[in-house]
Amino acid sequence: MSRLLEGFVEAFQLIIALDPALLQIVFLSLRVSILAIIISTLLGVPLGTLLGLKPERKTRFVNKIIFTFMGMPPVVAGLVIYLFLSRQGPLGVLGLLYTPTAMIIAQVFLSFPIVTGLTMVGIRAKGSEVEEIARSLGAGSALAAWTVVRELRIAILGAIITGFSRVVAEVGAVMIVGGNIAGHTRVMTTAIVLETRRGNFELAIGLGIVLLMLSFIVNSVLYNIQRGGE
Amino acid sequence: MLVELTDIRKKYDKEVLKVDKLLFQKGLIYGIIGPSGAGKSTLLRIINLLTPFNSGTYQFMGRPLPSNGQERLKLQRKMALVFQKTLLFKDSVWNNVAYGLKARGFSRSEITQRVGELLEQVGLQELAFRRADTLSGGEAQRIAIARAVAFEPHLLLLDEPTANLDPGNIELIEKMIRQLNRTKSITVVMVTHNVFQAHRIAQEVIFIHEGRIVESGPTEQIFEEPLDPRTKAFVEGRMIY
Ligand SMILES: Nc1ncnc2c1ncn2[C@@H]1O[C@H](COP(=O)(O)OP(=O)(O)OP(=O)(O)O)[C@@H](O)[C@H]1O
Ligand SMILES: [Mg+2]
Repeated sequence: MSRLLEGFVEAFQLIIALDPALLQIVFLSLRVSILAIIISTLLGVPLGTLLGLKPERKTRFVNKIIFTFMGMPPVVAGLVIYLFLSRQGPLGVLGLLYTPTAMIIAQVFLSFPIVTGLTMVGIRAKGSEVEEIARSLGAGSALAAWTVVRELRIAILGAIITGFSRVVAEVGAVMIVGGNIAGHTRVMTTAIVLETRRGNFELAIGLGIVLLMLSFIVNSVLYNIQRGGE
Repeated sequence: MLVELTDIRKKYDKEVLKVDKLLFQKGLIYGIIGPSGAGKSTLLRIINLLTPFNSGTYQFMGRPLPSNGQERLKLQRKMALVFQKTLLFKDSVWNNVAYGLKARGFSRSEITQRVGELLEQVGLQELAFRRADTLSGGEAQRIAIARAVAFEPHLLLLDEPTANLDPGNIELIEKMIRQLNRTKSITVVMVTHNVFQAHRIAQEVIFIHEGRIVESGPTEQIFEEPLDPRTKAFVEGRMIY
């Protein structure tokens, strides 16, 4: 019990003192996950919009694939990317394994289906109606699609934030393709695993608190936007 | 002739529209009446090129429907449709009214001028910077019409523009429609459940039943001396459906 309490006290000290080791890990985590979600957004929002505007019966097969990938276990995603990037793999020559780039690729692989799928679901509810109104007012296809995205921005933002929450909190994929190398590919979740195993609870708890705060901030922002937007 | 439809057929699971001949002359106000499910909205969507039809010919100002997408868009830009279920964009009232003008590449100064004029016309200038989704039903409907006529279409298609509104708003909107028709010579095709409204506002009435045009003609004729017993039953409010 006292050990746990001690861990908490020290964890808070680390956070308040802006401990460089802790900060370095937090920043790498954010860099990897934010870049991954930006790429997933750039690919997934247009694709999800396109699919969401099609009648459901025409996209049934694609839906099933996307929904399957949305629920993919991170370790499986990690394994797939590992096989591609390992020295014998098809992309082995790039030498990306155990780099932050590999972790970004793995997280894109995890978040792209989420952003695409949730965007599609959000668009499907009201998208065709908005598209028709836009076209009835003289919008060409590009402007009509943009109007749909703007009109359903809350749902799309929800898709993006859900994708971000998922990747920033996952361990399996980044562990496999990043290798948890100190100062290079160690992110919050993998550091927590390691430090817990070593019995260094203060850093593990400190990182856990940062992750929780991050989740709180992200979800509060989402909640406020959704309330404000309705 | 502004619009000429010949042998137009539209099928979903079953055939919902079968129009042998339908003509809209420039400058008139048409009222389309008929029971629920008759195909009135479908007809407006076909005219507005939002819904493709299965067969038949469509002519706008004597010209056949272009197959080229860019040309179709040009044609579509000569019309506007106000939907049965109005949806204003989640944006300011001003931006809603400006939408069609921006889509057509009007200049900034022209947009400012036209939007200002229109908001004044519908008596809602003080709401210019309100979020459109906070308007009342009557205000929203007036803005929806303003948005549709901002770019002065040749043809204005209205689908139940006064459903669920109070008498005051109904009067306001009917006045607006007449004024647009008179001052800008916009041809109006208005779908309405309300036969009295058709009587008040339309010069020509078209009665649709089960996807077919049962009868059409000058308003007085349709109301005073309908040829078809179904038309008579409908305008007298005796049609059971
Ligand atoms: N997208 C669609 N898919 C399948 N059936 C449709 C579709 N749109 C309309 N229909 C059917 O076509 C018929 C005509 O519908 P439409 O909306 O044109 O009727 P309406 O005359 O406007 O009725 P109301 O007065 O209730 O608005 C109805 O039977 C309707 O169910
Ligand atoms: Mg209808």
